[in-house]
Amino acid sequence: MTVNDFCLTNIRIYDYGHAMSQVEEDHTAVPLLEMRRIVKVFPGVRALDGVDLRVRAGEVHCLLGQNGAGKSTLIKVLAGAHAVDEGEVLWQGEPASLGSPVAALKQGIATIYQELDLVDWLSVAENIFLGHELSTGGFSQRGSTRRRARELMVRLGHPEISPSREVGSLSAAGKQIVSVARALSRDAQLIVMDEPSAVLDGEEVENLFHIVSDLAAAGVAVVYISHRLEEIRRIGDRITVLKDGRTVATGLDARTTPTSELIKLMTGRSIEYVFPPRSVTPPGPEVEPLLSVTGLSRRNEFDAVSFEVRPGEIVGLAGLVGAGRSEIIETIFGARRSDSGSVVVKGQPLRNGSVRSAVRAGLGLCPEERKSQGLILDQAVYQNISMATIGRFAAGGFVRDAAERSAAMKVAATVDVRPADPDRVVRTLSGGNQQKIVLARWLLRECRVLLLDEPTRGVDVGARSEIYLLIRTLADSGVAVVVVSSEVEEVLGLSDRVLVVAGGRVLHDGPADAIDENQVLDLIMGGAAA
Amino acid sequence: MTEKSADGARLTEAANDPHQPARAVPAEIAPTVTGESSSRRSVPPGLMRNLGLVIALVLLCLVGFITAGERFASTDNVLTILRLASVIGVVSIGMTFVITAGGIDLSVGAVVGLSSVWATTTGTQLLANDVHWTIMVTTALLVGTAAGLLNGLMVAYGRIVPFIATLAMMAAARGLAEIIANRQTQIIRVNGFLDFFESDILGIPAIVCVFALVAVAGWILLNRTTFGRRTFAIGGNPEAARLAGIRVKQQTMMLYGLVGLTAGIAAVMIMARTTAGSSTHGTLYELDAIAAVVIGGTLLSGGRGTIVGTVLGVLIFTTLTNVFTLNNLSISAQAIAKGLIIVAAVLLQQRVAARARGG
Repeated sequence: MTVNDFCLTNIRIYDYGHAMSQVEEDHTAVPLLEMRRIVKVFPGVRALDGVDLRVRAGEVHCLLGQNGAGKSTLIKVLAGAHAVDEGEVLWQGEPASLGSPVAALKQGIATIYQELDLVDWLSVAENIFLGHELSTGGFSQRGSTRRRARELMVRLGHPEISPSREVGSLSAAGKQIVSVARALSRDAQLIVMDEPSAVLDGEEVENLFHIVSDLAAAGVAVVYISHRLEEIRRIGDRITVLKDGRTVATGLDARTTPTSELIKLMTGRSIEYVFPPRSVTPPGPEVEPLLSVTGLSRRNEFDAVSFEVRPGEIVGLAGLVGAGRSEIIETIFGARRSDSGSVVVKGQPLRNGSVRSAVRAGLGLCPEERKSQGLILDQAVYQNISMATIGRFAAGGFVRDAAERSAAMKVAATVDVRPADPDRVVRTLSGGNQQKIVLARWLLRECRVLLLDEPTRGVDVGARSEIYLLIRTLADSGVAVVVVSSEVEEVLGLSDRVLVVAGGRVLHDGPADAIDENQVLDLIMGGAAA
Repeated sequence: MTEKSADGARLTEAANDPHQPARAVPAEIAPTVTGESSSRRSVPPGLMRNLGLVIALVLLCLVGFITAGERFASTDNVLTILRLASVIGVVSIGMTFVITAGGIDLSVGAVVGLSSVWATTTGTQLLANDVHWTIMVTTALLVGTAAGLLNGLMVAYGRIVPFIATLAMMAAARGLAEIIANRQTQIIRVNGFLDFFESDILGIPAIVCVFALVAVAGWILLNRTTFGRRTFAIGGNPEAARLAGIRVKQQTMMLYGLVGLTAGIAAVMIMARTTAGSSTHGTLYELDAIAAVVIGGTLLSGGRGTIVGTVLGVLIFTTLTNVFTLNNLSISAQAIAKGLIIVAAVLLQQRVAARARGG
C-alpha cells in the first residue's frame, strides 16, 4: 500500500487534514513557519519526499514518526544544516532561506539536539553565548555575559544554576536548561527540541514541561519531538505525523486524536505495543536459580540488593532514572566493583569487578548507551556481532572469516536485522536494528544470563514489539533475563517478576501481573520520600 | 536518532513495516539501494585510498625519471630508495597498530637509538663474538620490546595518556642511550652480523627483505587474526570492547610491546646499514612514522588502519626525498614539500572518506 492509498482510506487523510487546517488558519494570522513540499535527496534515497509543516507562533507543535521517517533530516533542514533540494520555506509569510546554521539562527530558529552540543569545559554563561559572545572591541564582557546568563536562568526557573558553573558538572537536565537558555539568548522565535525528555527523569520532565509551556505562553513556537505519546498529549497543541519522508497528517489535535489513530498513521498498522504472552508455567522455586545476587552493595549507589533469576524467567527492574538500576546490573556484570555482596551464576561465584569472569560464566550485557558502550559504529554488522566470540572463529590466532561471517549472519537472521547485509556499517542502521545487533552478539555466545539496560531506548514503536518478542523467545529457550527500563509499562508488560527500585534499594519483589503501574509509582514515590 | 546515512535509516524503516504488502516495498527499494551501495562497497574506501597512493607514487616516479633520468631509474638507486624506506617502514608498521588502536607512540625513534646502542656495547659484541652474532639481534629486539611494554604498562595500567607516557619514554630512552654509549659511535666488529646483512636474496638486500617480511606479517596480524580484530575494536570503541569481554588493558600493553619490537628490528637494520650503534640513531623517526601512517589512511582517532597504506606512505616519502636529492634540492626544501604532502594527503583522504560514506 502506498502512502497515497493509505491516505485515501483514513479519516484524517493528508489532503483532507491539510484543507482543514487551512480553513482553521484562515481565521488566524499567517503561520510563523510554513514549509511546503520539502524534498531532500541523499545519494540513493529521498530522505524527505514532500514534507509540509505549518507552525504557529506560541504553539507546541509535535512531530511524530518512526525512526527513519525523516524527523532528524527535517530538524537539520530547520537548523540550516541541510539545504533543501525542492520546496519552499516561508517565514512569517515571506519566502526565506535556511542556507546555513547561522542563517537559521538569524531568522530566529534555534535547535536543541538530542545529543546536547555544549562544551563541557566552559561555564554555563560561556556556553549560552557561544558563537555570539558579548564583547567590545574583541574583549569579552564578562560581567554582562554573566548577568544576562543569570537572567535567563531565572526566567527558566533555575536561579540555582550559577552562570560560572562548569557545564560538565551539570546533570543532563541542567545541560538541557542551558541549551534552552542558549536558544533564548538568540531571541529565537521557534525552538526545535529533539527528544528532550529521553535523558530526564520524572521530576526533570515536569520541569521541562513548565519551561515549554512558559515559552509557548510567551509567544515562542516549539517544535517538539518525542516518542512518548503521553508527553505529547500533555504539552502538545497540534501534531504533524511523518512517514517515509512525507507528511501523512498535519494539524491533528494533540489532546483528542486517538492513540490508535496516531500509531496507525505512523506505522500503517493499528496495534499498540504488543507484549508477547508470558510462559504458561513460570519456573517455580524448586528450579535452581541461574543467577543469584545476594546483598550486593556499592556505596552511594545501591544497598543490599538480593534477587534470583531462574532459567526462562524475565525479571524487570522498575524505577526512575538515578534509582540505581543501571548501576546494579553493571555491577552484576563486573563493569563496576561491588563493596560487598556476591553474584553467583549456576553455583559459581563471579570475580568481583571482572567483566571477563562474567562473560566466561555466560553473562551478557546490552548497555544503556548503545552507541557509546555497545557498538563500534564504524565497523561492519558481522564484526560487531562476533566481537565477544571472536576466539571461537580462530585457529591459532587466525580468524576464519567465512566461518565468522556465516555464524554472525545466522544469528543476525534469527533476530532479523534489516537489511540483512553483513558488511553494512552499523552507524547506518536504525536504533531497533542496532539493538538487535547487541542482542545477537550475546546470542552467538549462547549466553545463559542476559542483562538488558533500557533495551528499547531510541527504538521506534514498530520495532519495539519485535524486540519484546525476541526477549521472550530467548527466555523461553532457557535464558535468564534481567530487564531495566524507565518505562513502567514496559517492565510490567514484559517481565514475569518485577523488582521495584528506588534510592538504591529494592522495595518490592513479586510477580508482574500482581502489581499495576500506579502501585509501582506509589512505591517509587514513597521510597524516594523515605 | 541521528540520520548519518539516510539511505540506511530509510531502508530499515521501509523494511520494518510489516504492513507493507509482504516485502513489496523492501523488494522495490532494497535491491536498488543495497545494490548501489554494495557496488560502491566492491571498491572499498580503503582500496580507493590505496589507489590514490599508488597513483601518487607513480607520478612521483615519473617526475623522478623525467628530471633525473637514468640516475633515478637505475637498479642501484631503486635499491637505495628501498633500503632507506626499510628502516622507517618497519617502525611505521608498528606505529600503524597503536594508532589503529587509538594510541600513539612518540618514543620509537629514541627506542631505536637505545636498542642500537645496547646491542653494540663492547660487552654485547664480545659475547656475540664468543657465542653467536644473533646475540646482538636478540639484545636489540629485547630492549625494544621491553621499552614498548613499559610504555604499555604506563598507558594501560597507569592510565597515563599515550602522548605523555611515550613522550616521557622518548626523553628517557634517548638519555639512557647517551649514557650507555657515552655519546660515542659504537662501531660493529662482529663479522657474522656484518656478513649476514651484507648478503642479499636474489639481488634484494637483506634489510629490504626484513621490511617485506615485517610488512607481510603485520598485514596478516592486523587483518587475519584475533589480535588484529581486537586492535580495531579497541580503537573503534574501547568501552564497547571492554563490555564485550575483551581484555583491553592486556591488549593495549601488547600493542605497545609490538611497536617496541618493531623499533628493535629497526635498530638492527640501522646497525646493519651504518655498521655502528649510536645514540643519535632514529632521531625524528616517530614523526616520519606517524606521517607515513596517516598518509597511508590510518585514522589518527583509531578504529581504522591499513598496512598497505602505510607501506605506500613510506615509499612515497622516501621516493620524494630521493627525487629531491637527485635534483640537488636542499633538505630544507624537502622538509617544506613533506609538510605540504602531509596536508594534501589528509585533505584528499577526508574527501574520499566522505564520498565513501555517501554524505
